[in-house]
Amino acid sequence: MTKRLIFILPALIFVVLVGFFVWGLQEGRDPSIVPSAMIEKPIPEFDFPGEPLLERDGFSDKSMQNGKVIVVNFFASWCIPCRAEHALLTQLVEEEGITLWGINHRDKTEDAKEFLDRLGNPYERIGIDSGRGVVKWGVYGLPETLVVDREGRIRYHHRGPLVRAIIERDLLPVIRALD
Amino acid sequence: MRSWSLQIIAKVFATAFAVLWLMSLPVSWAVEPDEILADAELEARARALSSEIRCLVCQNQSIDDSDAELARELRILIRERLTGGDSDDEVKDYLVSRYGDFVLFNPPLRASTFAIWFGPFIFLAFGLLIAFFYLRAQRPVASQASLGLSAEERQRLDEVLNLAENSDGDSQASTEQVSEDSVQKGSGE
Repeated sequence: MTKRLIFILPALIFVVLVGFFVWGLQEGRDPSIVPSAMIEKPIPEFDFPGEPLLERDGFSDKSMQNGKVIVVNFFASWCIPCRAEHALLTQLVEEEGITLWGINHRDKTEDAKEFLDRLGNPYERIGIDSGRGVVKWGVYGLPETLVVDREGRIRYHHRGPLVRAIIERDLLPVIRALD
Repeated sequence: MRSWSLQIIAKVFATAFAVLWLMSLPVSWAVEPDEILADAELEARARALSSEIRCLVCQNQSIDDSDAELARELRILIRERLTGGDSDDEVKDYLVSRYGDFVLFNPPLRASTFAIWFGPFIFLAFGLLIAFFYLRAQRPVASQASLGLSAEERQRLDEVLNLAENSDGDSQASTEQVSEDSVQKGSGE
């Protein structure tokens, strides 16, 4: 009996390994995407000034405490995936009526203006972040999108460009549950 | 003429060694001059801390080594916090509060990280256990060889020895000795 067990062991280890690898391939298990540490935390203290050329006011943690559910989107003109998700963000504002506030990170004002002139400006407000803002928000790449509830707490955080499937499966249900 | 060329060779070697020595210095090119603090003690602490913080953009580099904008931002932030009187742990806690445990190269010890910290030792213990049982299984074979001869074996040995005795007169004395030994051993059992 013991001897037979030894012969079965390699097959058993193989099955366990395959199971482990399949588990590792599941969505959300990509080790290069760092899970957010910001969920359920209050928004940080910050003050992102506005830029007259972008025709939007800036905002701070205080101006976010307005009893609204706000979607915060970090973007820059130099960020290619930001361009890719821009149409979807615009659609979200126009069709779902979400409140979208943007943070323009490490960008040249003229470039940001051209970006918005060409692709449209769905942002209700745009704050300028010269660098430290991303650290305060636990953001490390662009684009990243967060949802802040009425009490000023972060309820959702997505790293990378938004795509239709993620919007429908994750983002919209979160916003609807909070509204 | 000869001493002159030796001088050149000596100079070339000295230069080569100097260059090699400079290359071997643990200089980080990522830290830019404008970041460095005037206070040498604080700067040393900042450097030590930076080498323990992972750059989230280039993930296998510390922020001390990374040229990414974010790494620079974090290096400056660490220096600002240290200058402001934060302890090393307070700085780390802040970074963990923003980016999670992933920013630390050394994962903190807690239930979810037991596998990382103790996994290698568990595997080592497992290996030692296998080795122990494997070696113990080998033992009976070795001890069987040290047992005395069975009756059949002794008889066969005697036959062979007798054969040798009859065919070779010169080695008679020594073979008798051997056969006496084996008999003594046999009777001792």
